Amino acid sequence: MALKRIIPCLLYDGNGLVKTVKFKNPSYVGDPINAIKIFNEKEVDELILIDINASRQKRKPNFDKIADMAGEAFMPFAYGGGVKTFEDFAKLYKIGVEKVVVNSLVQEDPGVIKKTVEHYGAQAVVACIDFKKPLFGSKIPYSYLGKKINYSLTEYAEYLAKDLGVGEIMLYSVDRDGTWEGYDNEVIGQLLNAVEIPVIACGGCGSLEDLKTVLYETNANAAAIGSMAVYSKKGMGVLINFLNRSQVIIE
Amino acid sequence: MIVIVDYGIGNLASVLNMFKKIGTKEVVVSGDKETIAKASKLLLPGVGAFDGGMNNLEQTGLIPVLNEKALKEKVPVLGICLGMQLLSKRSEEGVKPGLGWIDAETVKFDLDPALKLKVPHMGWDYVRVKRKNPLIEMDSKSRFYFVHSYHVKCLDENQSLATSNFGVDFTCMVNKDNIFGTQFHPEKSLKFGMKLLENFAKL
Repeated sequence: MALKRIIPCLLYDGNGLVKTVKFKNPSYVGDPINAIKIFNEKEVDELILIDINASRQKRKPNFDKIADMAGEAFMPFAYGGGVKTFEDFAKLYKIGVEKVVVNSLVQEDPGVIKKTVEHYGAQAVVACIDFKKPLFGSKIPYSYLGKKINYSLTEYAEYLAKDLGVGEIMLYSVDRDGTWEGYDNEVIGQLLNAVEIPVIACGGCGSLEDLKTVLYETNANAAAIGSMAVYSKKGMGVLINFLNRSQVIIE
Repeated sequence: MIVIVDYGIGNLASVLNMFKKIGTKEVVVSGDKETIAKASKLLLPGVGAFDGGMNNLEQTGLIPVLNEKALKEKVPVLGICLGMQLLSKRSEEGVKPGLGWIDAETVKFDLDPALKLKVPHMGWDYVRVKRKNPLIEMDSKSRFYFVHSYHVKCLDENQSLATSNFGVDFTCMVNKDNIFGTQFHPEKSLKFGMKLLENFAKL
């Protein structure tokens, strides 16, 4: 039986790694290549790296840099940020990226995603849904590019899984990002019921307990960690690190 | 010279990177018949669907030289993921025949609904090695990264080298003489994969 996965999710601003709180105030945490070398030593299950500025700054992925990063990752490596064309996907897979994470592309050009899934397989594409609680009403998909997504969270997830055929969904809580307060288990649970494909929980992890809860009570297939992988402790200094898997993963 | 066969699919870069990391000097990615003809060992990667893989092999015109190397010259061959499935005679995933280098067929996972498991089998898993072999130790505590929806079923049980479990026990490594295959991705399996590829390089 495949083990549950714990995945450091690294945020890249085009120059270095940063960490945000509620998607704001990015703070520098280090060089991506160094970090990936460390995660390799620490035997992380997978790695996700997102260029959080590429789409906003209308930049292409930095393929050379990504090839260097992929070259150091001897575990599955997922990249997201600024991927727009079929050629972008092809180039990424060629340089050693296993999975491409899409976010704004879902609204901009879903056809490209479908084509990629058909050609490379569902396992090669992860759709990331950022979600947030608005002033009024329940939590909804959030687009930091300002577009309104006219679906509920579960409708959106169903669309991604069934219409576009993506292999996994990453569910990222904007409100909990960088807070160390724990995952949004309620929403993750709802999504797990709505789709058949694996769900990666992201946003808010602050402790081993949080990981155990999201993986073994809420039953997410994988848990992404942010702050926990780049800071020594809440409120303390930068330390690229990875917890002891055996304290969380049930074999 | 180890040749990682480029037939248009598979994580060529990742495989090459891992060989470089473990210090293998003579390794190259190539789809060229002459280069493959001179190889001392072959690695057949692969990701995606069975018919897509066989189509690409046919269109690149590489099947004759691959057959020659694997079956006549008997150089060590390692098929990875789809590459291992292509070694079999056929697959339920497609209609094309496979290379047929091993006595096996590739089938869909037949999962007991009560187990509530969904394909693909994706993530890290342990393997159970059935007999002594040059690639992996018998009581291996190694874990490897899997991502697949079909699995190889050996018609000759002796060719099943290791098994893993996903609702059912299934063959995750095959071996017939000089031909080896792994369903999992050694190039994405950290030090565990490095050890396996190191052993392959030493053959």
